Amino acid sequence: MEKIKNIEEFNNLSLLLKEEVFREDVPRIRMCCGTACTASGAHKVVADLEHALGAEHKSVEIVKTGCQGFCQQGPIMKVEPWGYYYQKVKNTDAHEIVSSTISGGFPIRKLLYRDSIAEEPCEMVDTVPYYKKQVRVALKNNGLIDPLQIRHYIAVGGYAALAKALSSMTPDEVLEEVDKANLRGRGGAGFPAGQKWRHSKKAPGKIKFVIANGDEGDPGAFMDRSIMEGDPHGLLEGMLLCAYAIGAQYGFVYVRHEYPLAVVNLKHAIKQAEEIGLLGKNIMGTDFTCHMDVREGAGAFVCGESTALVASIEGDRGFPRPRPPRLSEPGGGVWGFPSNLNNIETYACVPPIIENGAAWFKSIGTENSPGTKVFALTGKVKNTGLVEVPMGITLREIIYDIGGGILDGKKFKAVQTGGPSGGCLPEEFLDLKVDFDSLTKAGSMMGSGGMVVMDEDTCAVDVAKFFLSFTKEESCGKCPPCRIGTYQMLEILERITTGKGVPSDIERLEKISRLVKKGSLCGLGQGAPNPILSTLKYFRQEYEEHVHDKYCRAKVCSGLGTFTIDHSECFLCGLCKQACAFGAVKETRRSFFIDQDMCTKCKGCFTACPIGAVKIGKGKRLSGVGR
Amino acid sequence: MNIETIDVNDSIGIVSEVLCGHDKRKGVLVSTLHKIQADNGYLPEDVLRALSKKLAISLAEIYSVASFYKQFHFSPRGKKIVRVCKGTACHVRGAAKVETALIDRFHIKAGETTPDLKLTLETVGCVGCCGLAPVVTINEDVMGTIGPKKIKHLINVIEEEGVAHGEN
Repeated sequence: MEKIKNIEEFNNLSLLLKEEVFREDVPRIRMCCGTACTASGAHKVVADLEHALGAEHKSVEIVKTGCQGFCQQGPIMKVEPWGYYYQKVKNTDAHEIVSSTISGGFPIRKLLYRDSIAEEPCEMVDTVPYYKKQVRVALKNNGLIDPLQIRHYIAVGGYAALAKALSSMTPDEVLEEVDKANLRGRGGAGFPAGQKWRHSKKAPGKIKFVIANGDEGDPGAFMDRSIMEGDPHGLLEGMLLCAYAIGAQYGFVYVRHEYPLAVVNLKHAIKQAEEIGLLGKNIMGTDFTCHMDVREGAGAFVCGESTALVASIEGDRGFPRPRPPRLSEPGGGVWGFPSNLNNIETYACVPPIIENGAAWFKSIGTENSPGTKVFALTGKVKNTGLVEVPMGITLREIIYDIGGGILDGKKFKAVQTGGPSGGCLPEEFLDLKVDFDSLTKAGSMMGSGGMVVMDEDTCAVDVAKFFLSFTKEESCGKCPPCRIGTYQMLEILERITTGKGVPSDIERLEKISRLVKKGSLCGLGQGAPNPILSTLKYFRQEYEEHVHDKYCRAKVCSGLGTFTIDHSECFLCGLCKQACAFGAVKETRRSFFIDQDMCTKCKGCFTACPIGAVKIGKGKRLSGVGR
Repeated sequence: MNIETIDVNDSIGIVSEVLCGHDKRKGVLVSTLHKIQADNGYLPEDVLRALSKKLAISLAEIYSVASFYKQFHFSPRGKKIVRVCKGTACHVRGAAKVETALIDRFHIKAGETTPDLKLTLETVGCVGCCGLAPVVTINEDVMGTIGPKKIKHLINVIEEEGVAHGEN
């Protein structure tokens, strides 16, 4: 394609591509080729489909889209114009797809989604419960376009917001619109993006930077990845609008090194946009100039913190530093230039706001947190994957209506939101309306949007230990409260979960938590005790059981409890005896029993028993301990 | 990769027009380290010494940066790098079992390499495939929903390919 010389040329191109690309009379297969679906074999399906289509169905288009969200059921595809939604497609299904759907227009029953065998399958995407309640703003193009083709992005209305801003809006108006929309930072804290932009705009200096934070290190969150991989142009357009509003000339996307596909797609998108004059010098023939580049991290969670991220771009160790100066102030940003840092998802929300106006954006979500939020729904729910829902939706709707409830019909125990800096919310919060403020009030946080569901088989203390071992590993070591505090807290949790806890441990844990929260330099340390504090708040009883009764009710922690064999259930298969490495399971003529003196509480027999006849009861208090 | 041929202006990109020499040289450090590691599999000392001369950054400073980030390694690594994801979702769905199975089979702990340089076992915070938990990556390939059956398959894949490499 040729370079675009003015706005009018772009509008013409946009109209042309809208007609040319995605024509309605052409059958089309939109195949998800996101990371998860690729892992389940999407590319094999594409190859076999191409083969099966052959010469006969040459006109059929196969669009390799970014992540469509329903990762668990992958590989997934949509077949248009009928709109059939197929899941768990295998490469062996390719022939059937061509012969019945493409040629005949019939759906293939076995590939359709159904909640259970008893229910009728859902033919269309909109009828699948997982998608029913979702509203897509940031992810609107994921699943629609091929991320490697700028033509596709323009055809679905891409870069129109930029054209609108450049042709009819001043930078101040763009900023005003974002401010009016009350777009809050999607990275965690929820700081209003408009205010942040205004700070950066006000900062003296001719040279400014926009930076997109794609260092998505939270375990259990992958929405930024999906945007960078599936809709890189959407991110670039959002960044360009920000650059236009604040007067920046350079932009960086900081991507963590664990996302190689995101780096490739972004670099490709930047090259394409530069080629046709939507990026670089004199964008669309106007005076607006902005250059973008990708910077890779190298595996450090703390680099998601703003000052650490800047240090990392500059080529230093990714240490955070005290603020002020903030990034938006001179001397604070990259190489001292004022910089505006936002999350990937925040930038992805900007083009729709400019295109449809602040009022439209405010009509979605709640008053204080308008718009949508992408959550990565994972853990012990039936349907896992990415969901984008309007703010103000209840946790119950997300977990039960969209997520399909708890796996294997178990009981819900808690939901962990906000990653390692967030907290666990118990059952009584299921009807909580989710937005930035409500979650913070409940003792958790929005974070980047990870949502890990836990059932009754998950131990609250073990979960806290898990998050702490993560933050302890990732602590950069600059400030002592975080470096030493996380280590000490982990040590105490380690003690509690192995049955060596002493009664003063819980109080000590609380005390250190408060100190670390108060004394740490950056968000990583300040947030590190949150998983402990929230589990202590809502699941204190479990901590006490671990310490006093030496008992883990979820039966996760080993080294706790008293092991017995229930003789009324036992059918004498002898597997427990084989499983015991310590010879603690003894056999008499008619029964098995466990010798408490030999038992090391390794849970070998418990896991080996096929019918659950090995019981773990509250441990006996040993004399001299806990008195 | 030849250290002498690094063009600092070219690799830092267009921002070079607003930066001074030292900032530019420092700015390319992390990406250059990535390239060196991609070529050698790790960061050899002699290459880093050459880099130190080329970029006029002290060797200590280069090591200080390289040792901060987890992705950089200072000793040779296996041909297959197997990373067991220990993110929240994988943890809840049993990543520890997968790790134990691999440790039992190959007799190396996470972070270690087998003596024949076939396999390096690592754990990783989250690979962003939580929908497929528990997840293991083998070099760049992702393998998800690993249950007892798939563990055997996984071990086979690691071993088979290891042999295939030996023949080449």
